[in-house]
Amino acid sequence: MNATVRVFLACTVLMTGALAQAEARKVSPEETAAIETSEIWAKIRTQLFGQRKIDPNGDSLIEFDIPVRAEDAAIVPVSLRTRMTATPERFVSKLYLIIDKNPSPISAVFSFTPESGRADIETRVRVEQYTPIRAIAELNTGELYMVARFMKASGGCSAPAGKDAEAALANLGKMRLRVDREVRLNEPNLAQLMISHPNTSGLAMDQASRLYAPAYYVRSVAVSYGGKPVFSADVDFSISENPHFRFYFLPQAPGELKAEVVDTRDKSFVARLAVGERSAPAATDAR
Amino acid sequence: MSGKRLQPPAVLVLAVLACVCAATARANEDRTAPLVMQEVAAGIYVHAGVHEEPAAANRGDVANIGFIVGERCVAVIDTGASLAVGQSLRAAVRAVTPLAVCFVINTHVHPDHILGNAAFREDHPTFVGHAKLPAAMAAKGPIYQRALVREIGSAAEGSDLIAPGQTVVERSELDLGGRILELRAWRTAHTDNDLTVFDRATGTLWLSDLLFAERIPVLDGSIRGWLAAIAELSALPARHVVPGHGSLNLPWPQALAPQQVYLATLAADIRRALTEGQTLARTVETAAAAERGKWLLFDKYNRRNAAAAYAELEWE
Repeated sequence: MNATVRVFLACTVLMTGALAQAEARKVSPEETAAIETSEIWAKIRTQLFGQRKIDPNGDSLIEFDIPVRAEDAAIVPVSLRTRMTATPERFVSKLYLIIDKNPSPISAVFSFTPESGRADIETRVRVEQYTPIRAIAELNTGELYMVARFMKASGGCSAPAGKDAEAALANLGKMRLRVDREVRLNEPNLAQLMISHPNTSGLAMDQASRLYAPAYYVRSVAVSYGGKPVFSADVDFSISENPHFRFYFLPQAPGELKAEVVDTRDKSFVARLAVGERSAPAATDAR
Repeated sequence: MSGKRLQPPAVLVLAVLACVCAATARANEDRTAPLVMQEVAAGIYVHAGVHEEPAAANRGDVANIGFIVGERCVAVIDTGASLAVGQSLRAAVRAVTPLAVCFVINTHVHPDHILGNAAFREDHPTFVGHAKLPAAMAAKGPIYQRALVREIGSAAEGSDLIAPGQTVVERSELDLGGRILELRAWRTAHTDNDLTVFDRATGTLWLSDLLFAERIPVLDGSIRGWLAAIAELSALPARHVVPGHGSLNLPWPQALAPQQVYLATLAADIRRALTEGQTLARTVETAAAAERGKWLLFDKYNRRNAAAAYAELEWE
């Protein structure tokens, strides 16, 4: 590469950076363009939804809350709330979370049932670089709605990898399932699932051997109440180390809330929480 | 932008012109111009980085880096955020002594401390780091290199990672000829690969990022681990200390206090939020608010520190 080309390339990078800095809060035309013309998204769209119509103005249905910048590239909170009252006839059956520029863009597919009560989910993701990030809601009727945002990457010493690799492996498979408030029957109750797992991408190369460590991550989460599914997730290493989910369940009678997790080595982990007539806040730790 | 908006092609032309000028100026800038060094103790030279984020204008010169001169050879401690800064540090070594650089010590994986390593490749030194440094370099290095290009542009050119040829599990010593450096590898604190250097001859403790002064500490390891390390560090006798960021003539161990208060406040606020069932997203907006105003770059890093601390403390 000659010097002129190098200078030009560096300049392009500089200018892109400068333009991105210019508008901190508002979505700039460049960001809108990045969202709309993403080639990665074009492929994923076809793969997941074929030629089905997607309403691009999903804000009326989905409240998509993410920070403007991924302050810590390893732990970016994502919150999806659906603004729709679920009925057995019309409810949100799936939420897709796509991070275009991540090594594995289809970051999570969450499934819900009428037993979920509310198709809301909070989790944490890794964000590698400046990227469009989008949520698509699929209704049981087949309707599709999308909300897209643009996220700025963090700089400096922030990286998507974990902070203490050894500790992450030492605690592998530890789980915590909890409800923070008194459980009430016949209304949606918030629950929280924490899974201790390194959830590594396998994209780190050993400097000495020049070999890549194998990917090792949680690939599925299934939560049931009284034996009926309430929430499940197909996920991968876009989800942060120690995967974390907040979701709802709608108990109609006392029963057991049960979470089953399977990772890429087919190890499975289970946590259970008994729910009574009027249960006090509770948590169980499982290993 | 105020006033009349420039049309896109005009903006582009101006930007390209400005860039070409800047690039030409940078190419002409003498990378062999030595960094400004302070001799904090006999034979110990430190360059104080600026309290800014890495940017084209500062070439990534944002961390405290330097070298220690023995009778036989020189140990460089950290090399800056870019090849350019590393080269200027190398020029500073050459301005002080003709002795060879036999060791380059990397105090931890952060890019503002080690992406200048390549400047010393031609000296064929032994690169030294914490036993967990190679894994951290593997996991984070490529991300750091991409971020550097985004941040400082063409000045990032040639900045490269060099994995340590010698690692420290707990303690080790380096002999510079008539001068022994005691290396100590810490348990996870600022990062999971923090290494400190103690110069016996002058009682100088090179803490690097285990100590931040003036600029907000960055948590990329364990908040509990760092608080434990601070307690242990404060008992160490030292006549001089070198922080990773901040002034070079700090009183010891009093210099640890502001950082200890910040981390303890952050931990206390987050534990309270966890007890109240507050989410991570909301907690990061308020945690350690009492510390705002005490630190430079607070708003750039506090939310990030809070997220890291929350993800750690929620397992208690």
